[in-house]
Amino acid sequence: MNVTAPDLGGSRAMSRAAEEGRSLWDDARARLMRNKAAVTSVWLLGGLVIIAVFGPMVWPHNYDAIYRDRVAISPTFENFHILGTDMLGRDLAVRLMVGLRVSLAVGVIATCVSLVIGVAWGATAGYLGGRVDQIMMRIVDVIYAMPFIFFVILLTVVFGQNIFLIFLAIGAVEWLTMARIVRGQTLTLRQREFVEAARASGVPPVKIVTRHIVPNLLGPVAVYVTLTLPVVILAESFLSFLGLGVNEPLTSLGLLISEGRENMSKLWLLLAPALTMVSALLALNFIGDGLRDAIDPRDR
Amino acid sequence: MAQRNLDDKPRKSSLPGVISRFPAAYAAGRLLLSIPTMLAIITLAFFLMRAAPGNPYSMERKLSPEVEANIRASLGLDKPLIEQYGDYLLNAVQGDLGPSMRNKDKSVSELIAEGLPVSLTIGACAMGLALAIGGGLGVVAALRQNSAADYSVMGLAMAGISIPTFVTGPILSLVFGVWLGWFAAGGLDLGRMSFYTIFLPVLTLALPQIAIVSRLMRASMIEVLRSNFVRTARAKGLSEARILWRHAAPAAALPLVSYIGPATAGLLTGSVVIERVFGLPGVGQYFIDGAINRDYPLVMGVVILYAGLIVAFNLIADIAYGILDPKVSYE
Amino acid sequence: MRFASALKIGLAAAIASFAAACGGGDPVADNVLHRGITANPDTVDPHKAEGTWERYVINDMFVGLFADDANANPVPTVAESWSVSEDGLTWTFNLRPFFWSDGEPVTAYDFEFAMRRLMDPTTTGVSYASLLYVVKNAQAVNGGQLSVEELGAKAIDAETFELTLEYPAPYLPELLKHYVAHPVPAHAVREFGDAWTRPENLVVNGPYKLAQWRTGDFLRSVKNPTFYDAENVCFDEIVYYPYSDQDAVIRLAQTGKIDTNNDFPGRRYEELKEILPGWARLHEFLATNYIVFNTRSAPFNDERVRIALSMTLDRQFITEEVMQGSQTPAYAFVPPGIANYENAPQASWKDAPLDERFQMARNLLEEAGYGPDNPLTFEYTFMSTGESPKFAPVVQSNWKDIAEWVDVSIRRVETRVLYNQLQEGDFQVSNAAWAADYNDAQNYLYLLQSTTGPMNYGGFDNPQYDALLEASNLERDMETRAGLLRQAETMILEAGAIAPLSVRASRNLVNPNLTGYEDNIEDVHPSRFICRAG
Repeated sequence: MNVTAPDLGGSRAMSRAAEEGRSLWDDARARLMRNKAAVTSVWLLGGLVIIAVFGPMVWPHNYDAIYRDRVAISPTFENFHILGTDMLGRDLAVRLMVGLRVSLAVGVIATCVSLVIGVAWGATAGYLGGRVDQIMMRIVDVIYAMPFIFFVILLTVVFGQNIFLIFLAIGAVEWLTMARIVRGQTLTLRQREFVEAARASGVPPVKIVTRHIVPNLLGPVAVYVTLTLPVVILAESFLSFLGLGVNEPLTSLGLLISEGRENMSKLWLLLAPALTMVSALLALNFIGDGLRDAIDPRDR
Repeated sequence: MAQRNLDDKPRKSSLPGVISRFPAAYAAGRLLLSIPTMLAIITLAFFLMRAAPGNPYSMERKLSPEVEANIRASLGLDKPLIEQYGDYLLNAVQGDLGPSMRNKDKSVSELIAEGLPVSLTIGACAMGLALAIGGGLGVVAALRQNSAADYSVMGLAMAGISIPTFVTGPILSLVFGVWLGWFAAGGLDLGRMSFYTIFLPVLTLALPQIAIVSRLMRASMIEVLRSNFVRTARAKGLSEARILWRHAAPAAALPLVSYIGPATAGLLTGSVVIERVFGLPGVGQYFIDGAINRDYPLVMGVVILYAGLIVAFNLIADIAYGILDPKVSYE
Repeated sequence: MRFASALKIGLAAAIASFAAACGGGDPVADNVLHRGITANPDTVDPHKAEGTWERYVINDMFVGLFADDANANPVPTVAESWSVSEDGLTWTFNLRPFFWSDGEPVTAYDFEFAMRRLMDPTTTGVSYASLLYVVKNAQAVNGGQLSVEELGAKAIDAETFELTLEYPAPYLPELLKHYVAHPVPAHAVREFGDAWTRPENLVVNGPYKLAQWRTGDFLRSVKNPTFYDAENVCFDEIVYYPYSDQDAVIRLAQTGKIDTNNDFPGRRYEELKEILPGWARLHEFLATNYIVFNTRSAPFNDERVRIALSMTLDRQFITEEVMQGSQTPAYAFVPPGIANYENAPQASWKDAPLDERFQMARNLLEEAGYGPDNPLTFEYTFMSTGESPKFAPVVQSNWKDIAEWVDVSIRRVETRVLYNQLQEGDFQVSNAAWAADYNDAQNYLYLLQSTTGPMNYGGFDNPQYDALLEASNLERDMETRAGLLRQAETMILEAGAIAPLSVRASRNLVNPNLTGYEDNIEDVHPSRFICRAG
């Protein structure tokens, strides 16, 4: 399991897009709209998010309600167990929705943490340059060599398996690539005329970074964020597989999959969460790819 | 450092020439840098592990206070933490990783010596498989860009990075191990690794890497096919096959070199799942057991080993990349 | 171009390493028993082992004064005969001619050495010494207050060994067949120190001797020709597999790689009947899952609260549905089937239907002062391993169903950490389990004695109860003794000191072509009695 998102040349594309200025955004949107896989993925992901957020509220069953006479029944319309029930007689559909909600939430939290740290770190290093940049990027290099998942496991052991603390922690180790990309972008951006102009007219550095640099990082950062989400979600499921993840009666996609794996004879228990997870991850990956291709059309 | 192919560093061009290009000063600098890297990793792991609640000798039965005090003394746990840290570093530098606190009959070095051949073999096989299959698929997809073949390869690649190994592992084991009986469902044949016993774990471990490699290869190949030197070669009237295999593919494979570092990390962490699912006696499983059992020296030993491997492969990849790619220079 | 060759070399290396790994091995000897033991042994030193999985390997290597037969009865093994003094405190054993695997005789001095090594507080890694605290001065020696020479274990001469006890323990043979009471070769331990358990140094007196041990992979033991009953031992070799993934083990059993395994996932019992017909065995087992209340502080210092929570557990659902029949409901602490303990007491509300019990529980809680204005709020902690996480949501749901104003949160805690918290009394309500160390009710009931200390997790403290157990320790008549123990257990059930939940069944996967693998209440299956039929 890679905990660091593979960067598949995204930054290269981004830098070009950024260099050529904002006029590209309209083209990019048009190109994204033409990318059928990405558009389908956006709809699919949107649907999944809506189901995850609102599904459990309107569903007739509660995610922790145990039906003692309906244990592990296969999918049926009777009593509206459309995905059946799990080994404790709980409705699988609603647990799936809650699990999806937890997995997405966890992904978003960790990604946000990595976004904030990565952008701040990278922009600072890139903008200040020189010795500060050297030192800051050396620190990134040092941390980069850590066997991440091991540290995540150690963190779960320390934090006593509080899932949200854990994901703050994952986010805190997930920002390195983000910092590198942002730094590279900033290095080029700060040579640009509008930044030079701002500097010449005495705008303070903090303002230059927040007003001029960060907004221009949007493209590459957006791509990287969509590619980080699936990685974090996978990391969570990996922890759940090892029994270090979310706490019952709450659940997550990873936990549901690992429970399903234990009951291969009741395939729906594995298939439902596995397919949900794979489609969410596929959607995120396709959107990330689509975004990148849209901003830099050269690869397609 | 690990991903030299990213355009995040300004590069100067320099003279070609493989031997003369060996960047001795750069390599030495990188080696020096790996010392604080390892030190940081060791320090972080050491104090994290100690911050975890519980201890290696807590168990179902409460020991008498005297026995507990003796155990603490024998494990050196009665000293101040900072002193233990110093002792550990001193011993580790001399290659002594200490006794395992749980495995009362074996030392950490012995345990690693038992598990490492298995982990390394499986990791190396998976790496080979990923480079061979992933590279091939990437070339095919690039040559037939936007065709059905391209889409299906890329779709497969997407699936490869989107399906967790702990789903593919049990399914492969069930289908090819139990139902079809082509391969071992798990375990080794009394410690002997054979094609029969390790193929499924290797494949499971390689699948996500195949996906990533094929995507990298495809992107890089597309770029190379558009480049001037391929056009020149075509203009010179070289055969397509020759252009492809002698010129384009090797050049396109360059980014793969710098992927070796991250791939090592991915394979090592993936081995944790593979070893559990297939019941293999590798090092990854020690880490989980060690972390859960608070076997401090065992956890530290595995962390040092894996971090060392990752650092080493990153270093090798960077240097190799520099030698092979004339565009890179070492600041 | 250089890249093409680099690529080729890389590929060739990959293929070569794959092929190198491919070299098929020699066929394994025919007469081998393949046993899954569920976890990696930490040691094969009988004094340092603490897990049931280690017992399988160790009991095949060492035998004591007594040893298990195939049905887990204590059978005199190194002891040929013994006599007990009038007061029941002095046991004298005469040893039969017996040999270590290096040809040295097994003497009473080995037993004396072993017992001292076990109790010596400076022997590191010993975890089970308390099991033999019945031996005179053992606790004081283990606590460092007395020297090992004061221990009530003495070699009179090479063939005579004498044990002096703190109190008469008629169940002593049950204790002496436990591996901590087995002798160790004094000459080898003195020579090699901690390294004596390495296969190259190891000396044993049992039917098999460890020959090879690859951590996480397998342990291989070969037949010991000097064992006194060697001619009746069937298999030449035993291979033990420490695989912890029980689903993976089932796949291995399906492909014929494993003959026996000491566990299977209870939830797959029905399925196993189809995919491995005749393999899955359930049997009564001396292990109770229970829920312990911290009786030191409110709200669980009120027995009405404890009883209300205990009676509302849906034991039927947990055992039949969640555990798929691999456990049975428990209404008492001491599991059924334990020796010398007939007509065991049961919780008084056992036969009331569940909805009636819920009504009773609500009344009890209201009586104790809880209601909409004073909600009962607490946390249930459970172990992160085994089956505890599986039934924890059910427990929570049961208690929430008592009334709107019962608010239970549940939290998973790493097993190792939870044991620590239990011993320190740092919990409110928690799950716990106890598997008998030896086949006697006292082994359960002493856990709730106020003098037991950290192992009395809930801090239950009742002088009358303590007095009953003291009296039973001094009683030599088995029937009277059982009566005292029954009285004591009734007392804890009425006080709701703990909530018994389920009795575990032993779960074994056994190849139907094996004989001598007998189901028994202690779940011990020495390899020396197992043979392959036909």
